[in-house]
Formats: sequence, C-alpha cells, structure tokens
Amino acid sequence: MTSRPELQAPPEIFYNDDEARKYTSSSRIIDIQAKLSERAVELLALPEDGVPRLLLDIGCGSGLSGETLTEYGHQWIGLDISESMLSIALEREVEGDLMLGDMGQGLGLRPGVIDGAISISAVQWLCNADKSSHDPRLRLKAFFGSLYRSLARGARAVLQVYPENLAQRELILGFAMRSGFSGGVVVDFPHSTKKRKEYLVLTCGPPSLSSATPKGKAEDGESCSDEESSGDEQNQSVYVADRNRPRKKQKLNKKGKGREWVMRKKEQMRRKGNTVPLDTKYTARKRKARF
Amino acid sequence: MRLLTHNMLSSNIKGVTNGFPLLIEAEKVVEKAVDFNEDFLKNMFAKIEWKALVDASKTMGYAELPDNVESSMLDSDEFLQKFHHALLELHLEEGALVCPETGRKFPVSKGIPNMLLHEDEV
Repeated sequence: MTSRPELQAPPEIFYNDDEARKYTSSSRIIDIQAKLSERAVELLALPEDGVPRLLLDIGCGSGLSGETLTEYGHQWIGLDISESMLSIALEREVEGDLMLGDMGQGLGLRPGVIDGAISISAVQWLCNADKSSHDPRLRLKAFFGSLYRSLARGARAVLQVYPENLAQRELILGFAMRSGFSGGVVVDFPHSTKKRKEYLVLTCGPPSLSSATPKGKAEDGESCSDEESSGDEQNQSVYVADRNRPRKKQKLNKKGKGREWVMRKKEQMRRKGNTVPLDTKYTARKRKARF
Repeated sequence: MRLLTHNMLSSNIKGVTNGFPLLIEAEKVVEKAVDFNEDFLKNMFAKIEWKALVDASKTMGYAELPDNVESSMLDSDEFLQKFHHALLELHLEEGALVCPETGRKFPVSKGIPNMLLHEDEV
C-alpha cells in the first residue's frame, strides 16, 4: 500500500467526507498545514504596509491554509476540487470565498487582479492523469498559464509541493518557467526526509533583484549558508532557474566563405556536370553595404 | 460568494473570448458583516470593474452604488461604506452564474460556485 494519496484515487474522490473530516480533525495535520502556510506567506514577501491584499489559495481544502491568511488580515479566494473538503470549510466558517473548480482546467480569473497566490500540497496532483481526457502536460500548462495571467505584475506565487520524484519536479518547474514565471525552488530542511519541504517561489515577470529566490531553512532554524549550497552538489538546497535560455552563440567570423571557397565549389559542381555560371570579376564579390 | 469574487471571475469555457462579467441569477442573498478596512478598498478600487459591480449589486437587490465613479470619490466616507457593503458584505448564497456568451450556468449552492467544466468545454 502506497502512502501517497496521489497514487490512490483522484482528488475529488480521495478527499471524500470521511477523509475530509479525518484531515481536519487531526491536530498534527492542522499544525503542519498552519506551519506550511505561514512559511508560504513569509515567502510571498508582500509589502509590509498593513494593507490587506487579495490572495488566492489554490487547493484550499478545508480552509486550514486560508485561516492563516485571514490571521494576517488578507482577503482570499479559495479553489478546490473536493466538495467534501469545501463543505468542511463551510462548517468551519472560514472568511474567504470558496469556489469548486479544477486548477487543471485553468483558473478563470480576470487578468492582473490577484496580489499573490499560495498553494499547500496541491500542485503535484496535476501530474496525475485520472481521466482519459487528462493530459498532465496540458493541465499544467493551463494552470500555470492562467495563474500567470491572473497575477498582478511583480506578484508572487508560492506553491508548496510534494513531487514524487525528480522528473515530476522538473515537469512542474518547467511548465512554470514556460508560462513566463521566474523563480525557483526553496527547500526547507534539505537534510531531513520527513521535515523536508519544497516551495516553488514564482514571480510574475522577468528575473530581477527583487525576485531572487529566498534561502531555505536548515535544521537549526537558520537559513542555509552560501557555502553549503554551492560547495557540494548533493547539498545544494536552492537553485534558480531562468526561463531565458542563453542565445546560440553567433558566429564571430562575419567575413563569410571567401572567393577561394566559392571557386572550389563551382569547380566541384562543374565536374559533376551541373550548369554553373561563368567565373567573372563579380564572382564572390561582396555587395555594397548600401545595397 | 461575495461580489469581490464575482468581479474577478470570468467564464473559462473553451472558445469564449469575453467571459466577463458572469450574469447573476440570485435565489437567496445573505448579508454578513465584515470589518471595514479603508486601505483595502482603496487598493482594490483600481482593480474593480465598476460597471460589473454596479450591475451585480443591483441584481442582488442593492441599488445604492453610483453608476459613474472617479478616484476622488474615495475620500468620501459615505461612498466607501457603500462600496464596502457591496463588495464584501453581500453574499450570493443560492443561485447561478451564467456565462454571458454561451449561456452556460454555473450553479451556486451554499455560497460555493461550481466552476467545474465538462470535458468538452476544456
């Protein structure tokens, strides 16, 4: 029996009434969720001017993460695919607005209106194909594309994910970069199997100083030092991916092939019996720049 | 669902070019008091599609909002109170949201709109 819920059933079926209640009555899960969402808000790095923002909680479930947002004084809109989880959220009287929706179908929000988005343990569900019509690639593309559009420029999205393996991590991050986000992965507690948590910190717009990826947390609560992350590849905890690939190096030799090369080729063609123009003083002569 | 969310939502059906604003079919509207926050309103004002908000609040039975607004009106406390009430305190509890282009209905029950699309709409 696998312990990953993603491998057991689609989210709207896995989180049925029983599972939803279990999820929300376990003090351990509540504690973990609260910590994850606090860290996510921290990584969002909203300006500290006391102005409430409009945030998005993707995969809000029973509203555990939304409660943290409310504590910080923000307004939020929550999206989830499981009706049972949302009805628990209603029972708990969360303050944000709830919406039943599938993030893989796109978010359906107006462009540029959201000040930030968080998602706790949800995005890895997109890597599953639970129905014959599901294609994880298309769903990831629809999700990240619509998320990018709905966020205001410079806004951040912090997505805490549990990718199953390296391939999934690359898949998720790859689609995020392709939709225009810049940013990378922040790993908290990289040396612990259980406490290890990964956050995709994505910024809307091109990479800049303000969008530099924050450091992950280490075991002693302090952030990982630079030496640790760059010294050893195995220990690397923060890496930044850039969507702008370096351009193909342009040929430095701008002179072209030259008269000698052209004459040789013409001779070759003649030997093959092809019709080749006569050699004149114009052959392989450079055109004037004005041409 | 508050009108704040309604103002952000647009129809996501494949092929729909202008899915905003969703029309409201209100069956039950409730009001819940929310703390007044001037900063949030001023911040949101630029992002709100005003006409959609006015129309939506009228279908929900609140006709106090002025049709035309400018940012200087944000200094008026009376205006801010009305804005606050329409944006955050009116909840659509039961009813439906209707896509303006295709007429597809998204049912709203217990305040939660069901925005799930069918397979052929993705």
